[in-house]
Amino acid sequence: MHSEMHPEMRPDGSDAAGSTGSGKPAIRLRGLVKHFGDVAAVDGVDLDIADGEFFSMLGPSGSGKTTVLRLIAGFESATAGTVELGGLDVTKAAPFERDVHTVFQDYALFPHMSVLDNVAYGLRVRGVGKKQRRERARRALDTVQLGHLGSRRPTQLSGGQRQRVALARAIVLEPRVLLLDEPLGALDLKLREQMQVELKQLQRSLGITFVFVTHDQEEALTLSDRIAVFDAGRIQQLGSPREIYENPASAYVAGFVGTTNLFDADVSSRLLGVASEHAVRPERLRLSGAEDTEAARDGEIRLDAVVTETIYLGAGNRVHLRTDDGIELVALEQSTGTRHDADSAEHRGDHVTVRFSRADVVALA
Amino acid sequence: MTLSSTARRTLAVLTAAVLVLIYLPLLVVVLNSVNPNQSMTWPIEGVTFEWWRRAADSAGVREALATSLQVAAIATGIALVLGTLLALALQRYSFFGKHSVNLLVILPIALPGVVTGIALNNGFRGILGIDLSLWTIVIAHATFCIVTVFNNVQARLRRMGTSLEEASADLGAGVFTTFRLVTLPQLRSALLAGGMLAFALSFDEIIVTTFTAGGGANTLPIWILNNMFRPNQAPVVNVVAVVLILFSIVPVWLAQRLSSDVEAAR
Repeated sequence: MHSEMHPEMRPDGSDAAGSTGSGKPAIRLRGLVKHFGDVAAVDGVDLDIADGEFFSMLGPSGSGKTTVLRLIAGFESATAGTVELGGLDVTKAAPFERDVHTVFQDYALFPHMSVLDNVAYGLRVRGVGKKQRRERARRALDTVQLGHLGSRRPTQLSGGQRQRVALARAIVLEPRVLLLDEPLGALDLKLREQMQVELKQLQRSLGITFVFVTHDQEEALTLSDRIAVFDAGRIQQLGSPREIYENPASAYVAGFVGTTNLFDADVSSRLLGVASEHAVRPERLRLSGAEDTEAARDGEIRLDAVVTETIYLGAGNRVHLRTDDGIELVALEQSTGTRHDADSAEHRGDHVTVRFSRADVVALA
Repeated sequence: MTLSSTARRTLAVLTAAVLVLIYLPLLVVVLNSVNPNQSMTWPIEGVTFEWWRRAADSAGVREALATSLQVAAIATGIALVLGTLLALALQRYSFFGKHSVNLLVILPIALPGVVTGIALNNGFRGILGIDLSLWTIVIAHATFCIVTVFNNVQARLRRMGTSLEEASADLGAGVFTTFRLVTLPQLRSALLAGGMLAFALSFDEIIVTTFTAGGGANTLPIWILNNMFRPNQAPVVNVVAVVLILFSIVPVWLAQRLSSDVEAAR
């Protein structure tokens, strides 16, 4: 699904590294460090984000991704390092002096103003006349399909509508960079999926840089041109969604982004003859019945295993296995064929044969 | 939590007894202000507004009322400005000595009035060499009026969080614009509540006032104190007391309603 999100398909034809060749990156972070007391929330981050890129910062809570966003916005001041926006050093600049706008996790709409006045706020403080700013605010509200709700108060809106007002309030100022701090975190699943599509479309049509903070790996994979996976205040891996998913650089990334079968050095040396960590994605494992006695082909690994659990996922099954020499594995089976042979799935206790290609096994750093 | 019916009845009787004990004397004062009999015999034999008319005609009462209103209004004004600034400083910024400042600001409301009064009296006359006047009362009252404004504003700021102010800055507003367009509107009801409490506190204050009043400036409570034991002034004292009750209770009642409205709206 969402194959159109892969970077090589970007409309402007730029490559996955995001170097559009238009000179300075939209955001450049160098040696960025932020301490809160004794805790290093951000511990040395170097990063270039290109103009027009949909860039995600992915990580669990406490990994430093939100602090990096707040350092870019100017809400926190860096302990060390620099923040550049469009080639301009803004490390010491106040938030209102930076040409970036934020969509907050809790939306932060002004409760004492109407929706229209909320959206017009940035124009108002820039001295844009009343008539003109209302006109522009109305157009921004139209962009997010809320043109009819301008006179309401934020408290009278649903979560999804507030989310859109927060978006409109930021894009009405036509920033070059939009920072989004877990903007969909408070929405229910259906609405979140819908907003994901809308966000992506909005970013394409505006052609501006989105920096998107999320702890949801699926969200990051489907939306982004590039992803930075954060842990312990550092970037653990930087790359396109495909690179992150198919070639995780470490056990941490492999485990955080999607499910994976992790082989420690001991298991790796038994299976592959190499004593270092390896990983293979569940969907790369092929299962067949115990009657499959054919030996492993060239470049293939063949194991006999017992099914320990089968979990129905709707579009397929997740099958947990234990090989005869005690290695735990997870396989993902897509439902194929017709609806009626659903019962062909493996059951607990079944003896099966597991095969996967050596080429699908990733060596971890 | 459920209580047994005996416990409930006992508590109800106790509550009623305490409330009667507090409010019956107040009611007597109110009734006596319209009691035709000058020696305030009981029960009252009719209703007269003679004492109200006399109070209104009395230059001393009128002056004292004007002084009280003036002092309360100015002290409240000072408290609103300084209390808000203090609350902002302590809630939104960190600096050396922050916790000490917090304590020192709240202290005046806990200090015995006699101590504050003597200290200020010495401070004004002995150290600064200032003659006591209406302004020394204003300054003295402001020391404890600040606390009510400060407490209300600080609580509101804490509940508000910083994200609205961050959003405003993010959209390009400087510090003062953010205060004017975002913070202040959010504080409005807290300021109103804190201000009215401050006004009520100042209006019926007597101890600190005794030590800091000068230059012929008398507040209403001081006027009562001076006239309480003059038999022919007794009915007028009742009238002044009722006025004092009204000016103290109404703002407190409004302030309480205001805070509960805000709570309910959240």
